[in-house]
Amino acid sequence: MIYDNLPLIFAALMGLSILIYVVLDGFDLGVGLLFPFASAEQRDQMVASIGPFWDANETWLVLAVGILLVAFPAAHGAILTALYLPVFLMLVGLILRGVAFEFRTKAPKVQKPMWDAAFFAGSLLASAAQGFMLGIYILGLNFTLWHIGFALLIGALLTIAYSFIGAVWLIGKSEGALLARAITWAQGGIWGAVLGLGAVSVATPFVSARIAEKWLAWPQAAYLAPLPIASAALMGVIYLCLRRLRAAPDAHRQWTPFFATSALFALGFGGMAYSFYPYIVPEKLTIDQAASAPESLIIILWGVAIVLPIIIAYSALSYVIFRGKSRGLRYD
Amino acid sequence: MDTFVLSRIQFAANISFHILFPTITIALGWVLLFFKLRFNATRDPAWMAAYMFWVKVFALSFALGVVSGITMSFQFGTNWPGFMEKVGNVAGPLLAYEVLTAFFLEAAFLGIMLFGASRVAPWVHTSATFLVALGTTMSAFWIIVLNSWMHTPAGYELRDGVVHATDWWAIVFNPSMPYRLIHMLLASGLTVAFLIAGISALRHLWGDRSEEMRKSLRFGVTLGALLIPLQIFAGDMHGLNTLEHQPQKVAAMEANWETGPRVPLILFALPDEAARENRFEIGIPAMASVILKHDPDGVVPGLNDFVAADGTVMHPPVAPVFWSFRVMVGAGFAMLALSWAGVALMRKRGVDGLPRLYLGALAGASFIGWIATLAGWYTTEIGRQPWLVQGVLTTREAVAAVPSGMVLSTLIGYLAIYGALILAYMVTITTLAGKAAKGQPLPAHRPQLVPAE
Repeated sequence: MIYDNLPLIFAALMGLSILIYVVLDGFDLGVGLLFPFASAEQRDQMVASIGPFWDANETWLVLAVGILLVAFPAAHGAILTALYLPVFLMLVGLILRGVAFEFRTKAPKVQKPMWDAAFFAGSLLASAAQGFMLGIYILGLNFTLWHIGFALLIGALLTIAYSFIGAVWLIGKSEGALLARAITWAQGGIWGAVLGLGAVSVATPFVSARIAEKWLAWPQAAYLAPLPIASAALMGVIYLCLRRLRAAPDAHRQWTPFFATSALFALGFGGMAYSFYPYIVPEKLTIDQAASAPESLIIILWGVAIVLPIIIAYSALSYVIFRGKSRGLRYD
Repeated sequence: MDTFVLSRIQFAANISFHILFPTITIALGWVLLFFKLRFNATRDPAWMAAYMFWVKVFALSFALGVVSGITMSFQFGTNWPGFMEKVGNVAGPLLAYEVLTAFFLEAAFLGIMLFGASRVAPWVHTSATFLVALGTTMSAFWIIVLNSWMHTPAGYELRDGVVHATDWWAIVFNPSMPYRLIHMLLASGLTVAFLIAGISALRHLWGDRSEEMRKSLRFGVTLGALLIPLQIFAGDMHGLNTLEHQPQKVAAMEANWETGPRVPLILFALPDEAARENRFEIGIPAMASVILKHDPDGVVPGLNDFVAADGTVMHPPVAPVFWSFRVMVGAGFAMLALSWAGVALMRKRGVDGLPRLYLGALAGASFIGWIATLAGWYTTEIGRQPWLVQGVLTTREAVAAVPSGMVLSTLIGYLAIYGALILAYMVTITTLAGKAAKGQPLPAHRPQLVPAE
């Protein structure tokens, strides 16, 4: 039973990893994207809010790519060679922001503005490249002018969406002037998240007749209907919550926007997974066709079953230890 | 240049840059645990000060290791899809176990180790330090397992041209794994020993006379002096293992063309692959036979045995393997001389009485471990060519058909970034040493909301 469903199980695990990555690294990339709008002192506070987490957040990307690599080697090669340049740009972005984290406080003081700029540029490059890859991927890895144009649009919208989840993260983590700024940023960025989700949703049915039928034909459309309805409700919640926070920043539930946004990301992601199933390379390669040999998958599955709960437990432990408003980052 | 050559250069550039940082963090994690435990036991603030100084170097090295490691995880797919398509059933689970058992462990507990000292109980903080060190070592274990399997594959069968695992025990404990793992862990220990000794010597030269500097310098030199004989022994064992399983690599290391007894140990030569002979050869008669077979009449394999009847060369390029091997061995003997001289000098004169010339040499050798490690990896990896997986998959079969211009442009991008980052890394460590030497107080009571320095 498990044996027959291994490709599906691994596709689900990979999807889960990507979703966790998009939410977790989404907020810390977003914090980097907001750097130009913050004062020098606020930048230190912003970095302090993500310092203990960013490393582990990025590891979910390694896990997602790792599962793609080990469970679906054929898809891994097809997707990554097609996305050669955007992958390179994303990696450059991740390298720049990862090292800027350390260098901005440890390198000679005169270099700090330079590393701050690298932190922002790296976050921008990584976010835009991820959005671009998402756009190219959902349209089936084609590179005509109109595909590239759409992918650039998704790149811009995902960047705004990341800066939005970064802002709502900061609402939970900050106080005083930075809290007020974060609320302003969130109110300014929510449209990016809405438009991004909308653009992907509008484009997806056009990818193929098969997906269009899933979306628009009766009764399949009914299965999908809860997604847009719940998404709209969440957007309403976030919008109202931000308005009330604006009026009384300290009085309201400050984590609601972050959790509601995470749920919104999850819904959008779930909709995509539903649309593309059973394909791993849209309309070209199914998860069964791309999967590795079952005897290798089963040995990984054992490891995953034992280790993944432990990973989630100690990741949660880290969030508990560093809960609450962020204090300064200190080694002692 | 064609896509194949450029892709190889790009992979070499990426992995060379990457390995620099794990080489430091693997052993430095355990060193930090040692400093912390010494502090717990003695309550001597100098141990805590040493911990505080080196934990910054650890954090910086770790960040560089993480970001360059993410790049590595994508390189397989972007440039070498043939690798996973052919041997993915073996390589996949090994890489998965690395991510699952090591990456998350080190990443999650690093946050607690770096920033949690004031938020958790002391034993939790010490445990976090232990778990980070364990994570880096587990990561080294899995990646060495995979790399060793590529040199000495075992426990598999070919079905329809694809590798399938038959015996996981044989795969994990493949013939070269224990030797390579020990050799690499010792290399990491030596790299860290000389980094600590060298940076402490630099602080000494800049007038630092703190107890922390003394303890660190003594620790670094002593650790180096203890590990280097072990490393020379382990390296010799590893070489004998290679002779058994990959004789063509040893033949290239020794630049020995003809199989036979009484093979000289060549000290200098310019191997000429077109003429299939050495120019300007200087050697010690029969010495290679003695080293490799422990007998002057021992028969040592030569490169000419590895040319197919149709003239296809199935041995690695000779000159790079020959030279990298000599650079590694030379660096090893320099480490032996430096650390043993240091122990002798410290016994006579103490840390404060060390001569400036010696301190200068030690400071200059701060990164000698990097040179030896890279040279060693070049020896073994170039020495595996033309195979990617010995006897199973050639490197050329695995390369992606990406346009060469694309590979070239990204290669230039990577090289520019890596060059800049190595420079920034060295400047930053020197800056930290300068700050410490000037006696700037280590973080004690600073205003809140300042990121860790």
